[in-house]
Amino acid sequence: MITKRIIPCLDVKNGRVVKGVNFEGLGDVNDPVTLGRYYSDNGADELVFYDITASAEGRALFTDILTEVAKTIFIPLTVGGGINEVSDFERVLSCGADKVSVNSGAIRNPDLIGDAAKRYGDQCVVISIDAKRVDGVFRVFAKGGRENTGMELIEWVKRCVGNGAGEVVLNSIDTDGVKNGFDLPMLEAVCNVVNVPVIASGGAGCKEDFVTLFKTLPKVDAGLAASIFHFGEVAIPDLKKDLAAQGITMRL
Amino acid sequence: MVAIIDYGVGNLFSLKSSLSFIDVDAVVTSDPEVIKSASHIILPGVGAFPDAAAKLKATGLIDIIKAEIKAGKPLLGICLGMQMLCSKSYEYGVCEGLDFVPGEVVDMTPELPDGLKVPHIGWNALKFKGEKSEIYKYINEGDCVYFVHSFYAKADSDKITATTEYGIELTASIENGNVYGTQFHPEKSGKVGLNILRAFCEIGGKA
Repeated sequence: MITKRIIPCLDVKNGRVVKGVNFEGLGDVNDPVTLGRYYSDNGADELVFYDITASAEGRALFTDILTEVAKTIFIPLTVGGGINEVSDFERVLSCGADKVSVNSGAIRNPDLIGDAAKRYGDQCVVISIDAKRVDGVFRVFAKGGRENTGMELIEWVKRCVGNGAGEVVLNSIDTDGVKNGFDLPMLEAVCNVVNVPVIASGGAGCKEDFVTLFKTLPKVDAGLAASIFHFGEVAIPDLKKDLAAQGITMRL
Repeated sequence: MVAIIDYGVGNLFSLKSSLSFIDVDAVVTSDPEVIKSASHIILPGVGAFPDAAAKLKATGLIDIIKAEIKAGKPLLGICLGMQMLCSKSYEYGVCEGLDFVPGEVVDMTPELPDGLKVPHIGWNALKFKGEKSEIYKYINEGDCVYFVHSFYAKADSDKITATTEYGIELTASIENGNVYGTQFHPEKSGKVGLNILRAFCEIGGKA
């Protein structure tokens, strides 16, 4: 049976990997090529590279780095950040990305997901969503979690998948950086309405959080995290061994 | 030297990089002379069967590939490239394949138990069938490889060299003489995948 995936996320700014806690207070971690290679050799099932650069120079540098990463890492690579048009898909796919993650770009341009899915296939298009409770309702946030779009999460995720998104990354702003576990109620709400892979993001603080995630929500396909992996708090091979010992199908 | 057939389908960056990583000289090409001079041929492919089959036909390379295979050159089809080795496919109607391996490519959806997602995407374990294939000489049964597909090859059982379990047994690889095919992507399957490519490139003498 298909294995559950463990995915380290590398936020890249000006050529370096950084990690925001609640999206603020960025601290420098490591070189993306070295870190990508390290993860690939140490059990990561997939890598996500997120470009949080704003400038055109930064974007060109990111593309160069991506090419370097893709030359030496032979596991699936997902790239996000600054994906606003179909031409941005072409830009990162030609550097060796396998999947492209869209977030604010899909909010601004409702045709982006459909156009990209028609051209590259559903499996290539990932919708990444930052969501947060506002007065008891899950709302979609844009611009790295700074702007409330007013859209309701469940309606938005259904629309994106209906338009051709082949995978959903759900990042809960409420649990992100808190390290007290994934946002299970929010994830469950999304799993109940889609039939494409769902990747949980935001809140992992220890190995047990992943066990709880996959035990409680068997429909979740993957767990994504950054800082706990980058700072060595959780080693991926140990994590996967523990999960396998709990009866969860893993690639060891 | 390995010739990776370029017929305008899919992203060949990773495939070329993975071969270069294992020190195999590879060229992405649609030049008949290069294909003739290559020691091994790889037929990649992503997307829908009829579109890819039409594009391959349009290159005019099919007769050359057939002649090279007849002469004993090893060929590896990957993903849709593997499916195209079969007799025919039912993706968007009926479409003829290259017919190097007897079998049909069918939609997995109606055969899967409820609750399983399509496409079959992710890492899944290999279960070997029959005598261990030459391409698996450096890996073990149970090793995981990376799949992305919605259709699968129902080939003659003696042509199937590995399957993978996804509610039903899906064909993971096929073989007929010097023609090999993997439904999964060896170029995205980590060390296991690189070892499969290495083994293929050593068939009949190193590429």
